[in-house]
Amino acid sequence: MENRDQVDASPSHGAALASEHLSRVVGEKALVNEISVEVQVGEVLAVVGHSGSGKTSFLRLLNRLDEPTGGIVRFHGRDYRELAPPELRRRIGMVMQAAFLFPGTVAGNVAYGPHQRGQPLTAAQIALLLQRVGLPGYQERDVSNLSGGEAQRVSIARTLANDPEILLLDEPTSALDEDSARRVEDLVLDIIHERRMTCVIVTHNAAQARRVAHRAMVLKFGRLAAIGLTDEVLQDV
Amino acid sequence: MSELLSMWNHQVILGIAQAAAAVALCLAVVFLCRRFAVHVERETAFSLARGFLQMVAVGMLLAALLHGSLPIAICILVGMTFAAAVTAARRAPGISRPRLLSFCAIAAGGGIAIAVMLATGTLTSDLIVLVPVGSMLIANAMNACAQAMERFRADVMAHVGQIEAGLSLGADPATTVAPYVQSAVYASLLPRLDMLKSLGFVWIPGVMAGMLVSGASPVYAGIFQFIIVAMILSASGIAGLVATLLMRGQAFSSAAQLEFRPGIPDSDVQGKPVLAHHHV
Repeated sequence: MENRDQVDASPSHGAALASEHLSRVVGEKALVNEISVEVQVGEVLAVVGHSGSGKTSFLRLLNRLDEPTGGIVRFHGRDYRELAPPELRRRIGMVMQAAFLFPGTVAGNVAYGPHQRGQPLTAAQIALLLQRVGLPGYQERDVSNLSGGEAQRVSIARTLANDPEILLLDEPTSALDEDSARRVEDLVLDIIHERRMTCVIVTHNAAQARRVAHRAMVLKFGRLAAIGLTDEVLQDV
Repeated sequence: MSELLSMWNHQVILGIAQAAAAVALCLAVVFLCRRFAVHVERETAFSLARGFLQMVAVGMLLAALLHGSLPIAICILVGMTFAAAVTAARRAPGISRPRLLSFCAIAAGGGIAIAVMLATGTLTSDLIVLVPVGSMLIANAMNACAQAMERFRADVMAHVGQIEAGLSLGADPATTVAPYVQSAVYASLLPRLDMLKSLGFVWIPGVMAGMLVSGASPVYAGIFQFIIVAMILSASGIAGLVATLLMRGQAFSSAAQLEFRPGIPDSDVQGKPVLAHHHV
C-alpha cells in the first residue's frame, strides 16, 4: 500500500478532476444527485455503495459517456465540455467491468486507441505494454482464447496504451474468479503506483477499497452519503 | 368509366375462378399446418381476403388511370413510397421520426432506380408501365429499409458494451458502429442478391412471364427482367444504406454518447469477456 502514503488527499484547488453538484436524472429517477467531490493528482478515490446506488452512473459522467443533467465536471480546472469527447476520453481512460475485447489479436486490441488518432504503436511498444500487464508474447493470440483474467489484463493494457492522465475503473475484478481478481487488483495497484496515476475506482468490495484507495466516498440512492479517508469512512462496513 | 366496365369481361371471371383455385390450395396448406398444430387459419384467411381486395382495387385504379400522365404516375409513386415508409417504420420502434427516415431511404432507393431506368429508356413514362415497375422497386426498397433498420438497431443494442469500450478509447462514433453498419446493409441486400443468383434457374419472375405470354421476344424479355432485378438490387442497396446511415446519426448524441441503450446503466456484468464485432 505504498502509494496510499504518498499523496496529500486533502481538497485543494489543484484537483485533477472535480465534480460540482453533478446530477443525472433519467425520467423520474435521479441516478446521480448533486455530487460534489474533488480528486487530487495522484490520488486513488474509491466509490463504494450497494448495487443501484449510482456508482457506475457517477463514473460514466466523469468521462462523459453519459451527459450530466445538472452540475459540471472540471478536468484540471476546466469545464470538461470544452474538450472534444474523444480527446477527453483518451485523457480520462476507463476500464469496464467486462473486457469487451474486439475480435482479432491481442496486439490489435492494444493498438486500438492510438490507431484511432493516427498514432500507431510500434511492435516494441505493444510488447512493452503486454509485458507490463503480465502477458509477454501474447501479441498474436486470438482474444477468443483468453481467460477472463487475461482478457481484463488486455483491457487494461489497451487503456494504458492511450497514456491517460486519469484512470476510471468500474469494478474491474467483479467478473473474475477470486484468484484472477486478486492478480488483476495487484496489477492495477502496481500500475497506479508506478505511474502515480490519478484514479477513481468503483467497487462494492470494502476490503478492496481499503487495499487500493486513499479516500473513499459512499453513495446511497445516487447521493453522496460519506467521504473521507478510506479506513475512517469504511470502518463500520 | 368504359375501362371499368370493360373489366367485367370473360377474362375477369376466368381470373376469379383461377383465384378461387389458388385460394383452395392455400386453404389446403393451412389445413395441413393445422394437423401439425401450426395455427395460421385466421391470419391466412385475413391476408388472402385483404390481398385479393387490394389487388382488385389496384387493378381498378390502374384501369381508371390507364391513360394518365407522368405527373399522375409520380403522385401515385410518391403515395406508394409514403405507404411503404409507414410500413417500414413499424420495424424500428424507439427511434426518432421513423416515418421520415424510412421515407427518405425508400425514396432515395426507388427514386434513383426509376430515374436511371427512365433516363436509359428502359422504362417509358407511361403510367401503365411506370407504376407497376416502380411499385416493385419501392416494395423492395421498403423491405431493405426495414431489414436494415431492424438489424442495425438490434446489433447496436446487443453490443452496447463494445461500442462504449470503443468510445472510451477515444474512437469516434462512426468507427465504433462500423461493423453494425456493414452487417445491416449486407442483411438488407442478401435476399436481393439471392434473388439475382437464382434468376432464371430457380424462378422466372412475373414480368418476364407476362412479356412471354404477350408475345415479346424471349431474349429481350429475359434481358428486361434482368435489368429490373438489377435495379431492385440497386434500389434496395441505396435504401438500406441510407436508412442505416440516418439511424447511425440518431444513435449518438452530439457529445458522442450512445443513445440506443436498453436501459439505465449501473447493472452488473458477469462472466467471460464479451467480444465485439470490430476486427482489429
